[in-house]
Amino acid sequence: MDFAHWLPIVWAVILIAAITIYVILDGFDLGIGMLFMLERDETRRNVMISTIAPVWDGNETWMVLGGAVLYGVFPGAYATLLPAFYLPIVLMLVALIFRGVAFEFRVMTKGTPRAGQWDLGFMIGSAVAAFCQGAILGGVIQGVKVSDGAFSGGSLDWLTPFTILCGLSVMCGYALLGATWLVWRTTGVLEASCRRWASRLAVGLFACIAAVSFWTPLLHAPYLRRWTEWPNIVFVAPVPVLVVALGLLLAASLRKGHSRVPFLCALGWFFLCLSGLGITIWPYAVPPTLSLWDVSSPPSSQFFQLVGTAILLPIILTYTIYSYRVFRGKVSEADGYH
Amino acid sequence: MQNAHDLAFILARFQFAFTVGVHIIFPAFSIGLAAYLAVLEGLWLATGRHVFLDLYRYWIKAFSIVFGMGVVSGLVMAYEFGTNWSVFSKKAGPITGVLLSYEVMTAFFLEAGFLGVMLFGMNKVGRGLHFAATCCVSVGTLISMTWILASNSWMQTPRGYRIDPANGQFLPDDWLAIIFNPSFPFRLVHMGLAAFLSVAFAVGATGAWHLLKARRQGKISSEPVRVMFSMAMWMAAIVAPIQILAGDAHGLNTLKYQPAKLAAMEGDWNSEGRAPELLFGIPNMKTEHTDYAVGVPLLGSLILTHSLDGKVPGMKDFPRDQRPPSPVIFFSFRIMVGLGVLMMLVGLWSLWHRRNSTLFLSPSFHRVALCMAPAGFLALLCGWVTTEVGRQPWTVYGLLRTADSVSPISLSSMVVSMTVFVIVYVLVFGAGLGILVQMLGREPEEGEHDADPSHASDILATRAHPALVDASAAKGA
Repeated sequence: MDFAHWLPIVWAVILIAAITIYVILDGFDLGIGMLFMLERDETRRNVMISTIAPVWDGNETWMVLGGAVLYGVFPGAYATLLPAFYLPIVLMLVALIFRGVAFEFRVMTKGTPRAGQWDLGFMIGSAVAAFCQGAILGGVIQGVKVSDGAFSGGSLDWLTPFTILCGLSVMCGYALLGATWLVWRTTGVLEASCRRWASRLAVGLFACIAAVSFWTPLLHAPYLRRWTEWPNIVFVAPVPVLVVALGLLLAASLRKGHSRVPFLCALGWFFLCLSGLGITIWPYAVPPTLSLWDVSSPPSSQFFQLVGTAILLPIILTYTIYSYRVFRGKVSEADGYH
Repeated sequence: MQNAHDLAFILARFQFAFTVGVHIIFPAFSIGLAAYLAVLEGLWLATGRHVFLDLYRYWIKAFSIVFGMGVVSGLVMAYEFGTNWSVFSKKAGPITGVLLSYEVMTAFFLEAGFLGVMLFGMNKVGRGLHFAATCCVSVGTLISMTWILASNSWMQTPRGYRIDPANGQFLPDDWLAIIFNPSFPFRLVHMGLAAFLSVAFAVGATGAWHLLKARRQGKISSEPVRVMFSMAMWMAAIVAPIQILAGDAHGLNTLKYQPAKLAAMEGDWNSEGRAPELLFGIPNMKTEHTDYAVGVPLLGSLILTHSLDGKVPGMKDFPRDQRPPSPVIFFSFRIMVGLGVLMMLVGLWSLWHRRNSTLFLSPSFHRVALCMAPAGFLALLCGWVTTEVGRQPWTVYGLLRTADSVSPISLSSMVVSMTVFVIVYVLVFGAGLGILVQMLGREPEEGEHDADPSHASDILATRAHPALVDASAAKGA
């Protein structure tokens, strides 16, 4: 009993960690894609993209890991959620295709009319992918119709005002991550624009977080109880307090010209939101019916995978940090004219 | 309603086949090209000859394009198991999902983590470290292939599992038996060689193209072009014959473990000794007969059993609902073998030219080499069609039917997504192919730039060239 009980919990934590790492890392990539809409200058666009060119596909790999872990450890959830979110997933994958190839294609077609089209693909792809990810996340919170352990709803069940709000929130959040990342990694005019964008996006995201937070408990009774009943409230109350505190710190650091603090504050917001999401739906993998234990693979699968993960994940983190360090430092526009 | 369900099922299959068929080209290209790049950089470090660095810098641009397309088309695959085959993924996930996770953790991160250093870090880290990064990417592609083939081979020849009587889930019993299932080593070797061979012919064709161009312009071909062409032809001459032996061994393995697939590949209906090898024919699944058959007597038994009177299986040995669609794999198999033989002949022809010192002087040979550019990839695709269609009507061979593996996706959703995939893939990967061809149409220069010359004025290039920046700063001082 113990093994079979604890393994899914350990894996749920690993999965949430992988999703969080993905959201943060690819979040600023996708955010930069959306900020292309605001920055028309070719040189500055190149600066924006060169801050992420060496790392973006490592970032996207966390999403592959998320899919693979869900498939191997929680096959019941993988087999229920993916058909339930079939259309937004397909849309997201297609958007990520445009986003991903644009990195190379826009450079290779430089100087031709095609280059502009790939820039457009980069922007729209990033925006659509971000929206779909938010909508899927919102769809999971909202719940999925299940009978006999399989998805039994309609293909557009996921599309509701709540999931649209979640989609827009994630777009706003990723754009904020992108803007604060660029505040950290760039200089001059671009940095100044990003500070301006970041303060507006921060206000927008704060409003989104508030709206989603008030809406979520109304979706299902257990969600409301999770956040309001004694003694849970003692553990969960710091979450909203910290959100407000980080918001104030973010605003101040943007104004005062800090370069790294705004990005860290934005990361903090994402961390808190995803923790809040985890707290809300725990212990469901497919709310409101299937728990982690209902959807998990046999302990032998989970254990075999856990051994590898325990060894490999630290190694992966080490060389990911190494590759970020190789490309550290501010990228300036002036670099382009030497 | 039943019809709509059947149509959705067919679309789910076509969609998967289409997306995985497009995808497989890129990893195969990356596997071969990454190994080639590692060899080039190693040779440059060992010999100091600049031509190897020139070639490295020339091919790494193609690699970045191909790898990027592989990443984005591969992400689709990681989710398509669940979107299209939810029942399969729920039942087999405890085995195939775990293998996929190992692939991500041991291979994808390794590749992606060091790709940035490989592409943009030549002047940011030392030579040794950069070479290590190239090797990591190359090893990553090979590890990736190993895991995904273990998973695929397990679906073909499942071992080491138990079936949960409650829900039909496959429970892992013995991971070593699962990974080292009977068809795995054969498929791994066959696919690895196919990737190397495909890239050898793509590189060879690029070399041949520039040799022909130089000749037309009355110029002497450049050293990088000659070295590229020569290396590619060595690969063709050595690997193509080995691949035919590996393919033969793989065929014998199929005969042992998947006789129905083999009978369908051969278009044989009756199990018999002294069987002919059909060169042509149109297998008819309804009449249980192969029409217009043209065969070579005894050759079938000879190839499959290595003896003249060896008994080969026929499709009538198996119930109708367990036979793979012979008309498809009869042809895909023959196209693959035909291309394999052609590749071997080109390899042998190159040896003859080499002995006569005419390797760089024969335009007719160069034209043939140019035409062979897609040969390896086509053969590889035909091989995959043969083995995957030949696995039908099962997803997990003999245990789980494809028809029972499909997701409850509505027909309308399937139609929408299929349309979107086809349009986007044609648009994006068509453009990618165009860019690739254009890029390879530019002759490699002696003193090839680190990044594409079109980068020269932008940040990407100068960021990759801190040495250049430093040098110009030093000049200024």
